[in-house]
Amino acid sequence: MDKRDVAVLGVGQTRFGYHPDKTLVDLFAEAFYEAFSESNIELKDIEALYYGNFVGEMTDGSANLSGFIADEIGLKGIPARRYEAACASSSVAFREAYLAVAHGIYDCVVVGGSERLYNAGTAIGTRALATAVDGLHEMTAGLTFPGVFALAARLYSKKYEVPMDKLHEKMALVSIKNHKYGAINPKAQFYNKFGDLKVEDVLNSKVICSPLTLFDCCPMTDGGSAVILASADFAEDVVDNPVYVLGTGQSGAGGLFRQREDMVRAIPRKKAAEMAFKEANLTPKDIDFVEIHDCFTIAEIIATEAMGFFEYGKGADAVAEGVTWIDGELPVNPDGGLIGKGHPVGATGTSQIYSVVKQLRGEFSYNPVKNAEIGMTDTLGGDFGTLVNVILGIHRRR
Amino acid sequence: MEQVTFKEFYDFLLEGKLLGLKCLDCGAYTCPPKAVCDNCGSRNLERAELSGRGRIATFTTTYIAPAGYDKEVPYTVAMVELEEGPWIVGRLEIENADEIGQDLIGEEVEIGGKEYPTEMFYPDKKRRVVPVFRLLRTF
Ligand SMILES: [Zn+2]
Repeated sequence: MDKRDVAVLGVGQTRFGYHPDKTLVDLFAEAFYEAFSESNIELKDIEALYYGNFVGEMTDGSANLSGFIADEIGLKGIPARRYEAACASSSVAFREAYLAVAHGIYDCVVVGGSERLYNAGTAIGTRALATAVDGLHEMTAGLTFPGVFALAARLYSKKYEVPMDKLHEKMALVSIKNHKYGAINPKAQFYNKFGDLKVEDVLNSKVICSPLTLFDCCPMTDGGSAVILASADFAEDVVDNPVYVLGTGQSGAGGLFRQREDMVRAIPRKKAAEMAFKEANLTPKDIDFVEIHDCFTIAEIIATEAMGFFEYGKGADAVAEGVTWIDGELPVNPDGGLIGKGHPVGATGTSQIYSVVKQLRGEFSYNPVKNAEIGMTDTLGGDFGTLVNVILGIHRRR
Repeated sequence: MEQVTFKEFYDFLLEGKLLGLKCLDCGAYTCPPKAVCDNCGSRNLERAELSGRGRIATFTTTYIAPAGYDKEVPYTVAMVELEEGPWIVGRLEIENADEIGQDLIGEEVEIGGKEYPTEMFYPDKKRRVVPVFRLLRTF
């Protein structure tokens, strides 16, 4: 069956950071109403809710959230569902929402997510995040999320024969870049903070899981994000500046121990990106900028390779040579990424969509990518276990 | 078709034995066990004891523990490539992993098991058996 073109009507995002006084519902509602206010539609136009949340049970004692949220924000009785795919929760939700509209099931839906990990504290937050590794065979050893990427960093160093200390210096540049951009993003957790880090600051910060230090890691974050999607025909009737969904892809893998040395090549990401490029009828060369899942510095490097932007083993050089900075050939994470902007897990995917849409509409004044027409998101759930890529553009798919 | 439950896998590990599955179609070993051959997807499997030896593929020393593991830090998590091919995650019994650094990769280890108290969210509500890797030579 042919798919209809689908477009974004509106996007919303809360300030990322510490929200002790707002529930998961409140955070979603705030993001939703921002998206709704720029969509030129009525509440009754929204036919379904797709909600991403990772660990509401552990941080807030809440599951079964989607129905409560629909009711609280004035969408009484519409079909509402929650998606859980660790850090990719709202990206999986976005792709499902996109497919439903593309296949004519709905004309207009809302998708987004919310999470409260900062408020949960480091010990609970770390344990909650670790529920995304294999709960039996990896968790027994106490493998944590920084641990997963520390394992990947050492393997990357070995596999591509880059001495670990040299690799770490290049990884530090990812942190410096993303903090620089996060520090000028008013919605980022680290707005006005850490905008001028030096390599030594990253290398000498507290070791979390060797070799990764505090500044190699994204923070624990509370936040929400939302996107209103509709068929392109519907969208063109109600807004002047629809942003079109050109392609999406999703793939997955088992635990890290099943992926073995492939973990540094992130095979599910390669498959998901290829699926998105194929649907969009585009290649990596056509992409003007990307919002990538930089949960840790090494993660951004591995991602740029697996998505096809650089050869395997060359991603670390790309950041060192300036290619992924705002004036480079492929700006990566102009919104600060997870490292600079924050990572409210279930809200992260649709916040990447938020940034890409703002950028494509020319509303990203604090860190604009020049002449951007096509942007891409990349969200990783778990230890390379769920991968979602989305390509967005200002023109309909050719 | 034979299977190995996680309880059996960890019971054997506590006795110093590494239990897995051998595929009667492609010959590959799957360890830890799962429902199908990790290589070809066949369910034509038989239980097999592996050599219990392998080499360190990568490792990290954890300083910030999740809730339930705080009394154990710092600890070193490693991934070991078994002689038969599969990789498993466990703890490396060593104090100074960070001083040695990348040279640990490729070192030969022998695998055993050690019992820890379980924690709130762990699937085994009685105990937590951790695969433990012992280096065959000292540093
Ligand atoms: Zn087989």
